[in-house]
Amino acid sequence: MITVLLFAHLQEVLGKEKIEIDCAPLTVAELKQYLKESFGFEQISQVMIAINEEYGVDEDVIQPGDIVALIPPVSGG
Amino acid sequence: MDNNLFLITKAPLSIEEVTAKVVRREAGAVTTFIGTVRELTKGKRTLYLEYDAYVPMAEKQLSRIGEEIKEKWPDATTAISHRIGRLEISDIAVIIAVSTPHRKDAYQANEYAIERIKQIVPIWKKEHWENGEMWMGNQLETIEYPEGHPQKEELE
Repeated sequence: MITVLLFAHLQEVLGKEKIEIDCAPLTVAELKQYLKESFGFEQISQVMIAINEEYGVDEDVIQPGDIVALIPPVSGG
Repeated sequence: MDNNLFLITKAPLSIEEVTAKVVRREAGAVTTFIGTVRELTKGKRTLYLEYDAYVPMAEKQLSRIGEEIKEKWPDATTAISHRIGRLEISDIAVIIAVSTPHRKDAYQANEYAIERIKQIVPIWKKEHWENGEMWMGNQLETIEYPEGHPQKEELE
Protein backbone atom coordinates (compact mmCIF):
# COMPACT_ATOMS: atom_id res chain seq x y z
CA MET A 1 0.00 0.00 0.00
CA ILE A 2 1.26 3.48 -0.83
CA THR A 3 -0.25 6.78 0.22
CA VAL A 4 -0.56 9.43 -2.47
CA LEU A 5 -0.92 12.99 -1.17
CA LEU A 6 -2.81 15.57 -3.20
CA PHE A 7 -2.49 19.34 -3.12
CA ALA A 8 -3.97 22.45 -4.73
CA HIS A 9 -6.26 21.79 -7.70
CA LEU A 10 -5.64 18.04 -7.66
CA GLN A 11 -7.05 17.94 -4.13
CA GLU A 12 -10.14 19.79 -5.32
CA VAL A 13 -10.59 17.65 -8.42
CA LEU A 14 -10.61 14.43 -6.38
CA GLY A 15 -12.30 15.92 -3.34
CA LYS A 16 -9.80 14.38 -0.93
CA GLU A 17 -6.35 15.00 0.48
CA LYS A 18 -4.95 11.55 -0.18
CA ILE A 19 -5.59 8.23 -1.86
CA GLU A 20 -4.31 4.76 -0.97
CA ILE A 21 -3.06 2.55 -3.79
CA ASP A 22 -2.34 -1.14 -3.43
CA CYS A 23 -0.03 -1.90 -6.33
CA ALA A 24 3.49 -1.16 -5.07
CA PRO A 25 6.27 -1.72 -5.92
CA LEU A 26 5.93 0.26 -9.11
CA THR A 27 7.93 2.92 -10.92
CA VAL A 28 7.05 6.62 -11.02
CA ALA A 29 6.21 6.22 -14.71
CA GLU A 30 3.88 3.31 -13.89
CA LEU A 31 2.19 5.31 -11.15
CA LYS A 32 1.57 8.18 -13.56
CA GLN A 33 0.05 5.77 -16.06
CA TYR A 34 -2.11 4.24 -13.32
CA LEU A 35 -3.36 7.67 -12.17
CA LYS A 36 -4.11 8.67 -15.73
CA GLU A 37 -6.15 5.55 -16.36
CA SER A 38 -7.91 5.39 -12.98
CA PHE A 39 -8.68 9.04 -12.40
CA GLY A 40 -8.46 10.62 -15.83
CA PHE A 41 -5.54 12.88 -14.87
CA GLU A 42 -4.83 14.13 -18.36
CA GLN A 43 -2.23 16.62 -17.13
CA ILE A 44 -0.29 14.06 -15.12
CA SER A 45 2.74 14.60 -17.37
CA GLN A 46 3.03 18.10 -15.86
CA VAL A 47 2.99 16.74 -12.33
CA MET A 48 6.19 15.95 -10.46
CA ILE A 49 6.21 12.97 -8.14
CA ALA A 50 7.83 13.19 -4.72
CA ILE A 51 8.70 10.00 -2.87
CA ASN A 52 9.13 10.46 0.88
CA GLU A 53 9.53 14.23 0.39
CA GLU A 54 12.15 14.03 -2.39
CA TYR A 55 11.50 14.63 -6.09
CA GLY A 56 11.59 11.40 -8.09
CA VAL A 57 12.20 10.64 -11.76
CA ASP A 58 10.28 8.21 -13.98
CA GLU A 59 12.65 5.31 -13.28
CA ASP A 60 12.50 5.54 -9.48
CA VAL A 61 10.74 2.66 -7.77
CA ILE A 62 8.01 3.28 -5.18
CA GLN A 63 7.95 0.69 -2.40
CA PRO A 64 5.02 -0.34 -0.18
CA GLY A 65 4.77 2.08 2.73
CA ASP A 66 6.21 5.02 0.79
CA ILE A 67 4.52 8.40 1.00
CA VAL A 68 4.11 9.76 -2.50
CA ALA A 69 3.01 13.30 -3.31
CA LEU A 70 1.75 14.70 -6.59
CA ILE A 71 3.42 18.07 -7.11
CA PRO A 72 1.79 20.20 -9.81
CA PRO A 73 3.82 23.19 -11.05
CA VAL A 74 4.58 25.30 -8.00
CA SER A 75 3.65 28.97 -7.56
CA GLY A 76 5.08 30.10 -4.24
CA GLY A 77 6.77 33.42 -3.54
CA MET B 1 9.56 33.51 17.84
CA ASP B 2 10.31 30.37 15.86
CA ASN B 3 14.07 30.03 15.55
CA ASN B 4 13.98 27.76 12.50
CA LEU B 5 15.74 29.39 9.58
CA PHE B 6 13.32 27.81 7.10
CA LEU B 7 9.67 27.99 7.98
CA ILE B 8 6.22 27.49 6.50
CA THR B 9 3.56 29.02 8.74
CA LYS B 10 -0.06 30.12 8.80
CA ALA B 11 0.79 33.05 11.06
CA PRO B 12 1.44 36.60 9.80
CA LEU B 13 5.14 37.14 9.07
CA SER B 14 7.41 39.56 10.90
CA ILE B 15 10.21 41.26 8.99
CA GLU B 16 12.10 41.92 12.20
CA GLU B 17 11.90 38.33 13.36
CA VAL B 18 13.17 36.84 10.09
CA THR B 19 15.90 39.44 9.77
CA ALA B 20 17.05 38.89 13.36
CA LYS B 21 17.76 35.24 12.53
CA VAL B 22 20.62 36.17 10.19
CA VAL B 23 22.18 39.17 11.95
CA ARG B 24 25.65 38.26 13.29
CA ARG B 25 28.96 39.88 14.08
CA GLU B 26 30.67 38.75 10.86
CA ALA B 27 28.01 40.30 8.64
CA GLY B 28 28.17 43.85 7.37
CA ALA B 29 25.15 43.46 5.10
CA VAL B 30 21.64 42.10 5.44
CA THR B 31 19.26 42.12 2.48
CA THR B 32 15.59 41.44 3.05
CA PHE B 33 13.15 40.57 0.30
CA ILE B 34 9.44 40.85 1.09
CA GLY B 35 6.93 39.32 -1.29
CA THR B 36 3.47 40.85 -0.87
CA VAL B 37 0.04 40.12 -2.31
CA ARG B 38 -0.53 42.24 -5.41
CA GLU B 39 -3.98 43.54 -6.25
CA LEU B 40 -3.66 43.87 -10.03
CA THR B 41 -2.11 41.30 -12.35
CA LYS B 42 -2.42 42.07 -16.05
CA GLY B 43 -5.52 44.14 -15.38
CA LYS B 44 -7.22 41.46 -13.30
CA ARG B 45 -8.20 42.45 -9.79
CA THR B 46 -7.30 39.98 -7.05
CA LEU B 47 -9.62 39.96 -4.02
CA TYR B 48 -7.44 37.70 -1.89
CA LEU B 49 -5.06 34.76 -2.21
CA GLU B 50 -4.87 31.34 -0.73
CA TYR B 51 -1.60 29.41 -0.41
CA ASP B 52 -1.32 25.66 0.08
CA ALA B 53 1.92 23.75 0.71
CA TYR B 54 3.29 20.29 1.27
CA VAL B 55 4.69 21.65 4.51
CA PRO B 56 7.43 19.18 5.53
CA MET B 57 8.79 18.93 1.99
CA ALA B 58 8.52 22.69 1.44
CA GLU B 59 10.58 23.35 4.57
CA LYS B 60 13.15 20.80 3.37
CA GLN B 61 13.34 22.50 -0.01
CA LEU B 62 13.76 25.93 1.59
CA SER B 63 16.56 24.47 3.67
CA ARG B 64 18.09 23.05 0.51
CA ILE B 65 18.05 26.54 -1.04
CA GLY B 66 19.95 27.70 2.04
CA GLU B 67 22.54 24.98 1.38
CA GLU B 68 22.82 25.94 -2.28
CA ILE B 69 23.46 29.54 -1.21
CA LYS B 70 26.16 28.33 1.19
CA GLU B 71 27.87 26.59 -1.72
CA LYS B 72 27.74 29.64 -3.96
CA TRP B 73 28.32 32.28 -1.26
CA PRO B 74 30.09 30.43 1.59
CA ASP B 75 29.87 33.39 3.98
CA ALA B 76 26.11 33.83 3.61
CA THR B 77 23.46 32.96 6.18
CA THR B 78 19.88 32.67 4.92
CA ALA B 79 16.47 32.63 6.60
CA ILE B 80 13.20 32.16 4.70
CA SER B 81 9.63 32.19 6.00
CA HIS B 82 6.62 31.59 3.75
CA ARG B 83 3.07 32.11 4.90
CA ILE B 84 0.20 29.86 3.77
CA GLY B 85 -3.58 30.03 4.16
CA ARG B 86 -5.68 33.06 3.24
CA LEU B 87 -3.79 36.31 2.54
CA GLU B 88 -5.30 39.72 1.84
CA ILE B 89 -3.96 42.40 -0.50
CA SER B 90 -0.56 43.72 0.71
CA ASP B 91 -0.14 40.90 3.22
CA ILE B 92 3.38 39.46 3.28
CA ALA B 93 3.60 36.02 1.65
CA VAL B 94 7.35 35.48 1.90
CA ILE B 95 10.36 37.01 3.64
CA ILE B 96 13.92 36.16 2.65
CA ALA B 97 16.79 37.53 4.74
CA VAL B 98 20.43 37.00 3.79
CA SER B 99 23.45 38.24 5.69
CA THR B 100 27.00 38.35 4.34
CA PRO B 101 30.20 40.23 5.18
CA HIS B 102 29.75 42.51 2.11
CA ARG B 103 26.62 43.83 0.37
CA LYS B 104 27.01 42.48 -3.17
CA ASP B 105 26.81 38.85 -2.09
CA ALA B 106 23.77 39.56 0.07
CA TYR B 107 21.85 41.07 -2.87
CA GLN B 108 22.79 38.27 -5.24
CA ALA B 109 22.10 35.44 -2.83
CA ASN B 110 18.74 36.92 -1.94
CA GLU B 111 17.63 37.07 -5.57
CA TYR B 112 18.84 33.52 -6.08
CA ALA B 113 16.65 32.38 -3.20
CA ILE B 114 13.38 33.81 -4.59
CA GLU B 115 14.06 32.40 -8.05
CA ARG B 116 14.64 28.94 -6.56
CA ILE B 117 11.48 29.15 -4.45
CA LYS B 118 9.54 29.61 -7.68
CA GLN B 119 11.21 26.51 -9.13
CA ILE B 120 11.43 23.81 -6.49
CA VAL B 121 9.40 24.56 -3.35
CA PRO B 122 6.00 22.78 -3.20
CA ILE B 123 3.80 25.80 -2.47
CA TRP B 124 0.75 26.69 -4.56
CA LYS B 125 -1.13 29.95 -4.91
CA LYS B 126 -4.86 30.22 -5.58
CA GLU B 127 -6.07 33.50 -6.99
CA HIS B 128 -9.55 34.64 -6.04
CA TRP B 129 -10.95 37.24 -8.44
CA GLU B 130 -14.33 38.94 -8.62
CA ASN B 131 -15.41 36.54 -11.34
CA GLY B 132 -13.63 33.34 -10.46
CA GLU B 133 -10.73 31.54 -8.87
CA MET B 134 -7.82 29.44 -10.05
CA TRP B 135 -4.81 27.56 -8.71
CA MET B 136 -1.78 29.11 -10.38
CA GLY B 137 1.24 27.42 -11.88
CA ASN B 138 -0.31 25.24 -14.54
CA GLN B 139 -2.08 27.84 -16.62
CA LEU B 140 -0.59 29.59 -19.59
CA GLU B 141 -1.29 33.07 -18.27
CA THR B 142 0.90 32.64 -15.20
CA ILE B 143 3.04 29.63 -15.95
CA GLU B 144 6.20 29.46 -13.93
CA TYR B 145 7.64 26.50 -15.85
CA PRO B 146 7.46 26.61 -19.64
CA GLU B 147 7.76 22.81 -19.54
CA GLY B 148 5.11 22.41 -16.88
CA HIS B 149 7.52 21.10 -14.26
CA PRO B 150 10.96 21.81 -12.88
CA GLN B 151 13.73 20.89 -15.27
CA LYS B 152 15.84 17.97 -14.15
CA GLU B 153 18.87 20.24 -13.79
CA GLU B 154 16.86 22.57 -11.57
CA LEU B 155 16.31 19.74 -9.13
CA GLU B 156 19.87 18.54 -8.89
